[in-house]
Amino acid sequence: MLELIVMSTLNGVLYGMLLFLMASGLTVIFSMLGVLNFAHASFYMLGAFFGFQISRWFGFWPALLIAPLLAGALGAAVERYGLRRVHKNGHVAELLFTFGLAFAIEEVVQIIWGKSPVDFRVPSLLDFPAFTIFSTNYPAYKMFMLLVSIVIFVALLITLKKTRIGLIVQAALTHPHMVGHLGHNVGRIFMLVFGVGTALAAVAGVIAGPALVTQANMAGLLGPILFVVVVVGGLGSLPGAFAASLLIGLVQTFAVSMNGSLSGAFGPLSPNYAATWLADIWNVTIAQIAPIMPYLLLVLILIFRPMGLLGTRDT
Amino acid sequence: MSTAIELRGVEKSFGITSVIRNVNLTVAQGERHALIGPNGAGKSTLFNLISGYMLPTTGSILLRDEVVSGLAPYQINRRGLSRSFQVTNVFANMSVWENLRCAVLWATGHRYAFWKNVDRLPEVRERTARILEDINLTARRDVPAGLLTYAEQRALEIGITIAGGADVILLDEPTAGMSHAETERAVALIRRLTEGRTLLIVEHDMSVVFGLADKISVLVYGQIIASGVPEEIRGNPKVKEAYLGEEAA
Amino acid sequence: MTETTSSVAPPYPTAAEKLKFYGLWVGAAVVLLLLPKLFSSGGSLTTFSLIGISIIFSLSYNILLGQTGMLSFGHAVYYGLGGFLVIHAINIIGANKLPIPLPLVPLIGGLTGLLFAVLLGWVSTQRSGTAFAMISLGVAELVASSALILRTFFGGEAGISANRTKVFRLFDWSFGPQIQIYYLVAAWTLIAVIAMYALTRTPLGRMCNAVRDNPERVQFVGYDPHVVRYLAFCFSGFFAGIAGALAAINFEIANSAYLGAVQSGTVLFATYIGGVGFFIGPIVGAIFVTILSLGLSDLTQVWQLYFGLIFIAVVLFAPGGITGLLMMHRPLLKAGTFGRVLPSYLIAFVPTLAMLIGLILAAEIIVYYAVHSGDDTHIKAFGVPFDAANRYVWAMAAILLVGGYWVARKTWTFVGHAWDDATSVAREKGIAA
Repeated sequence: MLELIVMSTLNGVLYGMLLFLMASGLTVIFSMLGVLNFAHASFYMLGAFFGFQISRWFGFWPALLIAPLLAGALGAAVERYGLRRVHKNGHVAELLFTFGLAFAIEEVVQIIWGKSPVDFRVPSLLDFPAFTIFSTNYPAYKMFMLLVSIVIFVALLITLKKTRIGLIVQAALTHPHMVGHLGHNVGRIFMLVFGVGTALAAVAGVIAGPALVTQANMAGLLGPILFVVVVVGGLGSLPGAFAASLLIGLVQTFAVSMNGSLSGAFGPLSPNYAATWLADIWNVTIAQIAPIMPYLLLVLILIFRPMGLLGTRDT
Repeated sequence: MSTAIELRGVEKSFGITSVIRNVNLTVAQGERHALIGPNGAGKSTLFNLISGYMLPTTGSILLRDEVVSGLAPYQINRRGLSRSFQVTNVFANMSVWENLRCAVLWATGHRYAFWKNVDRLPEVRERTARILEDINLTARRDVPAGLLTYAEQRALEIGITIAGGADVILLDEPTAGMSHAETERAVALIRRLTEGRTLLIVEHDMSVVFGLADKISVLVYGQIIASGVPEEIRGNPKVKEAYLGEEAA
Repeated sequence: MTETTSSVAPPYPTAAEKLKFYGLWVGAAVVLLLLPKLFSSGGSLTTFSLIGISIIFSLSYNILLGQTGMLSFGHAVYYGLGGFLVIHAINIIGANKLPIPLPLVPLIGGLTGLLFAVLLGWVSTQRSGTAFAMISLGVAELVASSALILRTFFGGEAGISANRTKVFRLFDWSFGPQIQIYYLVAAWTLIAVIAMYALTRTPLGRMCNAVRDNPERVQFVGYDPHVVRYLAFCFSGFFAGIAGALAAINFEIANSAYLGAVQSGTVLFATYIGGVGFFIGPIVGAIFVTILSLGLSDLTQVWQLYFGLIFIAVVLFAPGGITGLLMMHRPLLKAGTFGRVLPSYLIAFVPTLAMLIGLILAAEIIVYYAVHSGDDTHIKAFGVPFDAANRYVWAMAAILLVGGYWVARKTWTFVGHAWDDATSVAREKGIAA
C-alpha cells in the first residue's frame, strides 16, 4: 500500500509537472493574446518528433536544445503570419485557425513519420535505475524529466518576477485589457510569448517522447486533457494552472494503479444481469476509468465552481 | 411620495481599493435625479451596483422597497429597472428594428417562445414602431446598428433602454461626445421619453443637469457629499470646492 | 393597429413575396423528389443521402455557432447518441414486433439528442466563448471515452448493428433498397430544414442572435443569456440526434466514430466552410464538404491534409465562408458594377491556379518520398500521372509555386482595387455593402 502511494505520488507529480510545462505556456498566451491555442498540444507533438529525428542524427542532448528552438520558431511564425491576420475577425476565428492548424499538423506528422509509434529511446547515459524503493526500480530518466521540469519551472518564476518581459506578462495576467496599451512593440512581444510558449510545450515533448509513446495521435490524446487543466484551474490563472496540473496528474496516476470495482466492493453481480449494461458499470475497475477522470473532474468543477479553481475571468 | 430607488450604506471595493464608500441615496418615484461628480468618482460603478451588474461589498439596494442587491441584472430588469451604458452597447450586427424589438420582447410576455412567428406579433410591432419613431430613427430602420453614426447609436441606446417599458430608468452619460445641437435634441428626447417615470442620470454637461434634474446628488471619491434641489447644489460651498469650482477654473 | 405601426414597421410581405418564399420550399421539395430520376445509380443515391444527413447535422450545429455564437468541439455527442439509440430501437421494435414504422424512428434519435442536451447542456452553457468551447470538448471526450467502457450498450470498437428491414412495415415499404432510404432522408431533411428556419424567426431565435452579438446587453433587456444558450443547445441537440438517427438507419450500424472528435470536427468544417452568417451557409457547406471528402479521397491519398488547408484558408481569407463570398457580390450585382471586378478575377485566376498546382505537385512529391520512397516513381495525383523522381517535374513544381505566388500577389492587389472601386460606386448609388 505504502509502495503504491509513494510510486503514484512520484509519477503523479512528474505527470503534473509535464502538464504544467504545457499549461503555463497556454495560460500566458491566453492571457496576453486572448486566444486559446488549440494547437498547443501539436507543438508538444512536434517537439517529440523533432527530438526523435534530431537525436537520430546528432544524439539526444543536441535534440533537447534544437527541437524546442525549432518548434518555438515555428510557433512564432504561426503567430506572425497566421494569428495576427485572423485577429481582426475575433476570438472565434482565432480559435478556429489554431484548430485547423492542429488538424493540419497531425496530417503532416502522419505523412512524414507514419501512423505507428517511432522508436524514440531513452539516451544510454540515463538508461539505468536511479534508486530502488520497495523492490521496484525507479528509472533515472524519469528523475531527469522531473529535474528538467522543475528547472524550467524555477526559470519561469524568475523570468516572471525579475525581467521586464516578465513584468509585462504579469500585468497581462492581472489586467488582460491593459495589454493593448503596452506601446509600439506589442506585436514583437506577442510573437515572443507565442514562440516561448510553444517552445515550452516542445520541451515537454522532447523529454516525454522517450518515456511515453511518440506517435501521430499523441496531440489528439493529450490536447483535451490540457484544456481541462486550464479550465479547471481557471482560464488565465497561472497558479490555477499549476494546481490543476498537479491535481490531474495525481488523480490520473492514482486511478491507474487502483483495481477496485463495484463488484470488488459489493460482490459479483447476479447472473441475471450479466449480459446487460449494468454489468459494464459493475465490473469496470477504477484503472479502466482513469482516462475519463479529468473530464469527470471538469464537469464537477463546472457545477460547483464555474470559474475554475482560481479563475476570475469570465471568458 | 414613495421611493423608487434606495441605497442603504452601500460600499464597493475592488481588493484594497474602495470605490464606493457608505453611499445612502433615495430617489423618489417620478423624480428626475442627476448624479454628478468628477471623473473616477464612482458614478458608473454606482450604476453597475444598482442594475445588478456588480455586487455591493456591503449595504443593500432597494427598488420600490424591495431588496434587489444580489439579484442578477435580468431579474432586476424584469422588476422594472432599465439602464443605458456610457460606451454604446447595442447588438451591432442586427438592424435598428431588431435591436428595439429585442428590448420589447420580454416585456410583452413573449419570453423564450419558440412557437410564435416574431414578425406577426401585433403588440410587439406596435411598441417597436412607437419607440423607433420616438427616437427618430425611422429612416434607418433596416440599417445594422454597427453602421449607424455615433449620435444615432446613442439614440438607439436610449431607445433600447426605455423600450421594455421600465418605469425606473438609469442613463449613463447619454450625451457624452455629442455636438451642441445633438445634445439639445437628446435632452428633449430624454425629457419626453421619461415623462412620468423615474430617471437617474449621470451627466457631465452642467447645462443638461440643471435643465433636466429635479434633484441632484454629488459623488466625490465614492461618497455623496451633497444631495438636493438644483439651487441648493449650486449654492453649496462643499460642492463648489470639490467640483463646480474645478469646472469653473 | 395604429397608423404609426403601419407606416413605421417593416411592411408585411406582399402576395408576390409570399409566393416567392413558399415557391422556394415547394421547388426544393420537387427537386428532392426528381433527383433520383436524374441520377439513379446506387452510388449517387448514397451520396445524396449522406448530403441530406450532413445538411441536418450542419444546420443543427449552426444553431450554436452561427445563431448563438457558441463554438462547440463536441457536437457529435448528440449525433452519435441519437444514432446508437436508434440502432437499439430498431432491434427492439423488430424483436417485439412493435407497430412503429421506420419513418418515425428518426424521432427517437432526435429525442435522445434532446434528452442528453437537456442533461449536459445546463452545465455546458453556463459559460460562453472560449470556456464553452473547451467545456464542449471535455464533455465530448467524457462521453466518447465512457462509450468505450460501456461495451454492452455501445458494442466497443466494433459498434452495434441492426436490420432496418425487420421493422414494422407501412404500405409495404421494406426500406431495403437505397432509393427508399433516399426518400426517407429527403423527407426528414426538408422537415428539419423548415423547422430550423422557422426557429430563427421566433422570439427565441431572435434572442439567440442578440446573445451572439452582445450577451451582456441581453441581461439588461430582461433575458438570462444562460437560458437562451441552453434552449439553443437543446434544439441543436435534438436536430443533431435526428441526423445521427438517419445516419444509423442508412448504414445499419453505429460505432464509436459516430461520437468521436473527427465527427465533431467534420461538422465544424462543413458549417464554417459553408458560411455561418447565413441560414443557407451550412447547407452549402454540407454539400461541398460531403462531395469533396468523397471525391478527394479517390484522387489523392493525403486528402485530409488538403481538407485542413482549405479550412485554414477559409478562416484566413474568407471568414464568411463560401456563402459569405458569394453574398459579398450582391450589392455589386444590384448596382450593376459587378462587371468592374470580373476582369480582375479572370486575370488573378490564372497565376493563383498555377500557384495551387505548384503547391499540390510539391506536396505530392514530398508525400511520395515520405511514404512510398522506393516504390515506382510514376505516381498519380488528381488523376494526373507524373514521375516523382523527375528533376524537371521538381523544377516545374518550384516554378509554378514561386512564380505563381509572385505574379498572383500582384494580381490580388489589382482585384483589391477593382473591388474598392466597384463597392464605392455601389455605395454612391445608395446600396449598402
